[in-house]
Amino acid sequence: MQIVYQLLFLTALGVAVWLFTRRALGIRRNILLGRNVELNDRPAERWKNLLLLAFGQKKMFRNPLVAVLHFFVYAGFIIINIEILEIMIDGLAGTHRIFAPVLGRLYLVLIGCFEILAVLVAVSCAIFLVRRNILKLKRFISKDLDGWPRSDANYILLTEIVLMLLFLTMNAADQALQARGAEHYITTGDFWVTSQFAPLFSGLSDSALIAVERGAWWLHILGVLAFLNYLPFSKHLHIILAFPNAYYTDLRPKGKMENMPAIQQEVLYAMQPELAANAPVSDTVPKFGAKDVQDLTWKNLLDAYACTECGRCSAACPATQTGKALSPRLIMMKTRDRLEEVGRNIRQHGSATTDNKSLLRDHITEEELRACTTCNACVEECPVSINPLHIILQMRRHLVMEESSAPQEWNMMFSNIENNMAPWKFSPDDRDAWIQ
Amino acid sequence: MQIKTMAEYFANGETPEVLFWVGCAGSFDQRAQKITRAFAAILDKAGIPFAILGKEEGCTGDPARRAGNEFLFQMMAYSNIQLLNNYGVKSIVTACPHCFNTFRNEYPQLGGTYEVVHHATYLQQLIDGGRIKMKEGGTFKGKKITYHDSCYLGRANGIYEAPRQVLETLDAELVEMKRCKSKGLCCGAGGAQMFKEEEKGNTRVNFARGHEAVATDASVIAANCPFCMTMLTDGVKEAGKEEEVKVLDIAEMIEQNMQ
Ligand code: SF4
Ligand code: SF4
Repeated sequence: MQIVYQLLFLTALGVAVWLFTRRALGIRRNILLGRNVELNDRPAERWKNLLLLAFGQKKMFRNPLVAVLHFFVYAGFIIINIEILEIMIDGLAGTHRIFAPVLGRLYLVLIGCFEILAVLVAVSCAIFLVRRNILKLKRFISKDLDGWPRSDANYILLTEIVLMLLFLTMNAADQALQARGAEHYITTGDFWVTSQFAPLFSGLSDSALIAVERGAWWLHILGVLAFLNYLPFSKHLHIILAFPNAYYTDLRPKGKMENMPAIQQEVLYAMQPELAANAPVSDTVPKFGAKDVQDLTWKNLLDAYACTECGRCSAACPATQTGKALSPRLIMMKTRDRLEEVGRNIRQHGSATTDNKSLLRDHITEEELRACTTCNACVEECPVSINPLHIILQMRRHLVMEESSAPQEWNMMFSNIENNMAPWKFSPDDRDAWIQ
Repeated sequence: MQIKTMAEYFANGETPEVLFWVGCAGSFDQRAQKITRAFAAILDKAGIPFAILGKEEGCTGDPARRAGNEFLFQMMAYSNIQLLNNYGVKSIVTACPHCFNTFRNEYPQLGGTYEVVHHATYLQQLIDGGRIKMKEGGTFKGKKITYHDSCYLGRANGIYEAPRQVLETLDAELVEMKRCKSKGLCCGAGGAQMFKEEEKGNTRVNFARGHEAVATDASVIAANCPFCMTMLTDGVKEAGKEEEVKVLDIAEMIEQNMQ
């Protein structure tokens, strides 16, 4: 019988890992559709960002209470997964609590800590559910999240609670079995939390108790494997991508816009035609700005997958605050949606653009792009180092330079700058008229 | 006040200590011209040999670039950098955070590397260095002042303290708005919004900010940017407080209270 369970376990694990890898590679391929940018300079600063922003969750601490709760969920969830290692080995080898004899008293301390963390994770998740669904914080009831994104968030929190409860149930039943000296259930000593609950099971027969323990064990591990595969389809992917995202954060001052060397060349040749004569001829027509996801950088696309839809960006955005169509969170969500759409096209037709759609207009409207004041509040706020402004600016470049699409007043501003060297229609001769 | 241009200095074979980059708003906007005059007067009183470019100055290209017109930006950058390099300009001060940001962050890559400071920092340096001395018990003594962080000095370049330190020399009571420093709310003008109608929404950004500033009960809102100046002035007007609440640039405030 034991061997059957071992085979079942092996199959479940294999399928889960295979599915996850396939999806992860798909996401990687999608991200690499983006334009290349070099983001490997200044490694020391990058490691510091990784430690502070991703591990240390520095930005989260702008709101300390939430940060502490989030930290429990994050640290708890990660650390408890050490326990998964034991479960894996037990599952494959048909053993039970294989580390217990090896670690001795330390084992008890470890499991005790895991149990406390499990309780903290479950309680924090419950508080988060209340914040989202009962207190209805403004950024969570926003229409940005209508439909799937809102349920996604709730599913994640519920799943985490259930997984923690299964873990605790498993331990409590185990404790009861240990007390009865059931075969196979080695004695470890009292687990800190669940030993308190072991008496609850006193009415159950040995075999019923074993069923509870095994049931919780299986549901817990199958739940974890299922959750692993849910991750890459959900905003919860941020628990992985926050790390590379923090590492590859743009280190330039926030006010600095990305240069366009192609245009710089063009202007240089226009101003100094003698240089143009010797210039190498290029046969590719360069594209200016971004119309679709492929025109964005791979970092923009990584951003899109890393966005956890928390809405801190939009809560700080002056445009969102004053009821404009723009919401930086939606810019990220729409970029991800379009990227997923492109990924599906590639899978089904082998080519990215069979649908005659693009990020611009089919997902993000001109009105949204026009509303941005480039104030950088969204960039400042994002706890996972996402830059919605960079996407907006690249799309504005496409609108103006490829489509000559700008509001009339901007066109006037452009021609004033060109003709009068100032955005208003004043003569350059009056530039010093302020001197009295 | 005698203000010399770079061309005049150059013709005499002299170099000024600093170039005062006036910027388009500072040159043409009537309200901003007052800031320009105030800052020039400070430099004059502090005895700093400075030059302007006068008729030769051109827009840095910031609004064009942020609207998406990279071509126009590069053209402006090219001609400004040529001009500045020909005069051998090394150090620049400007009263506009947009010009400051462009010089500091965007021109170096295009061949224009200068030591550039925004006037908030410059004023602080002059005060610290004893080149500006303040009157005892000036106009703002004991008054409530609130300071609006411009996005391009604040978040874009991380300068939050210098302007506050300058304001502290006024012996006023500095009160912060609910959203300040890195959490500050935009005035609504950046990203070339200044040059077009706002997109439709339920209010204007500058109205929201105006209300927030007025809510501090301060009698003066201090600004460091000509665009913020326009936006906040309108915002205060909309809140019906134009009589009680004045919007002033930090340069104007210092100039009024210098010895
Ligand atoms: S930079 Fe643009 S999108 Fe980001 S907060 Fe400011 S106005 Fe909103
Ligand atoms: S971009 Fe950042 S701040 Fe905005 S919703 Fe996504 S994770 Fe949150």
